[in-house]
Amino acid sequence: MTTIGNNGVAASKTNTQPLWLLAEVTYRCPLHCAFCYNPTDYDKHTQNELTTEQWIQALRDARKMGALQLGISGGEPLLRDDIEDIVREARQLGYYSNLITSGVGLTEKRIQEFKEGGLDHIQLSMHDITEEINNFITNTKTFELKKKVAAMIKGHGYPMVLNVVIHRYNIGHIKEILEMAEALGADYVELANTQYYGWSLINRSQLMPTKEQIDHAEMITNEFRQKVGNKMKIFFVVPDYFSDRPKKCMNGWGEVFMIVTANGDVLPCHSARVLPGMAFPNVREHGLEWAWKESPAFNKYRGDDWMKEPCRSCPEKEKDLGGCRCQAFLLSGDAESADPVCTLSPNHHLIEKAIEDAKNPQLQAQPIVFRNDKNSRRIAAGEAPELVKEFHALP
Amino acid sequence: MTTSVNPADIYSLARHYRFQWEEAQQCYVLLFPEGMIKLNGGAGEVIKRVDGSKTVSDIVAELQQAFPDAPDIESDILAMLQLALEKAWLEKRN
Repeated sequence: MTTIGNNGVAASKTNTQPLWLLAEVTYRCPLHCAFCYNPTDYDKHTQNELTTEQWIQALRDARKMGALQLGISGGEPLLRDDIEDIVREARQLGYYSNLITSGVGLTEKRIQEFKEGGLDHIQLSMHDITEEINNFITNTKTFELKKKVAAMIKGHGYPMVLNVVIHRYNIGHIKEILEMAEALGADYVELANTQYYGWSLINRSQLMPTKEQIDHAEMITNEFRQKVGNKMKIFFVVPDYFSDRPKKCMNGWGEVFMIVTANGDVLPCHSARVLPGMAFPNVREHGLEWAWKESPAFNKYRGDDWMKEPCRSCPEKEKDLGGCRCQAFLLSGDAESADPVCTLSPNHHLIEKAIEDAKNPQLQAQPIVFRNDKNSRRIAAGEAPELVKEFHALP
Repeated sequence: MTTSVNPADIYSLARHYRFQWEEAQQCYVLLFPEGMIKLNGGAGEVIKRVDGSKTVSDIVAELQQAFPDAPDIESDILAMLQLALEKAWLEKRN
């Protein structure tokens, strides 16, 4: 028996099949979360979204290759009016489908149609127990709405899956957040510690908690888990900056995950487009099967042939496959180096510095750069050097 | 919280779980929020029979009949169901 997903363990290295398809159907979003992992230059992809027919074709192609779990995400997917069509097609094809939403735009009418169309579950983002932090971090007034949407999801007999991104502003409220989740009748809670990509990397010093805060949060989570048992499953996603070894990113490059973005790019991970010199396939030009099996981009970091030292001769290389290529590049400037999270990486000091920087009151006090169209447009046009801080160690 | 599996128990799949045959993987799978389990042949045959009406002893008898060459499968079946119960894949119906 093989377990895949939050419990670890990937498919075999040879003859890989995509098991998870993430459809990032739009980058438009009514929220402006400071920790969003979406590309900071997303604005250039908001005008050329795939059509309903193109999405349906992508769903069919991926299913044929073995994809089973479908995430419909964004941006805010509900900003598109064809999610009902996508959901219906997904069910007919045999996907287990998940709508990943902020809740904005979820109405009685739409949820009814999703239910009839066979959507399997809805993952709702929540941000805090306080209206103040919810509204601050998302830069919107959405606190009351989220509670109403949570009740609506439960009312329609859906499993309630809450996703809470954890950062300095809410890490002190873990117990209260879990109590709120229990009171809302959540079946699953994901406490997702912020990982630093996209907008969250820009805001890293302002978002990153201390090691002590994370240890404390994990302890409280474990206590709560004991108390609620199987009634509410709690996932605590450990932030890799505070680990000694990197995560096996995406369970391996091109091993089980495939992402199709709003404009049709096919990616092995959410942020792969930050990597230099990569030409990612696009569904407008190539089929998904070619993208997965044949495209140079998907084969580039599959397995371990690409590795340099210290990864290449490392006895643990199969365990984490050298960590995350995007993180390696974003921090060290070299996509083929070991993920700096690893204490064996010659660039590990960059992680230590980031952790130190996060304790610096001056850096903490810098204004947060919210994810919005104006900031994105300026970043895409190269007009906002003050927003894009320099993280690379190399010149 | 978890009790032991007894012969008279009736189970169904937990709410929100889906069980289906996957042509591409050539195996049965269990699908649920944020995860999936590939079931090997034996496990798939057991879970296939968990339908909210058969008792555990019905399932054992059925499998013994279906696989007459497999001796002593009863303990394997019970262990499989026990594991499934502990993982909260199953719900007790009686």
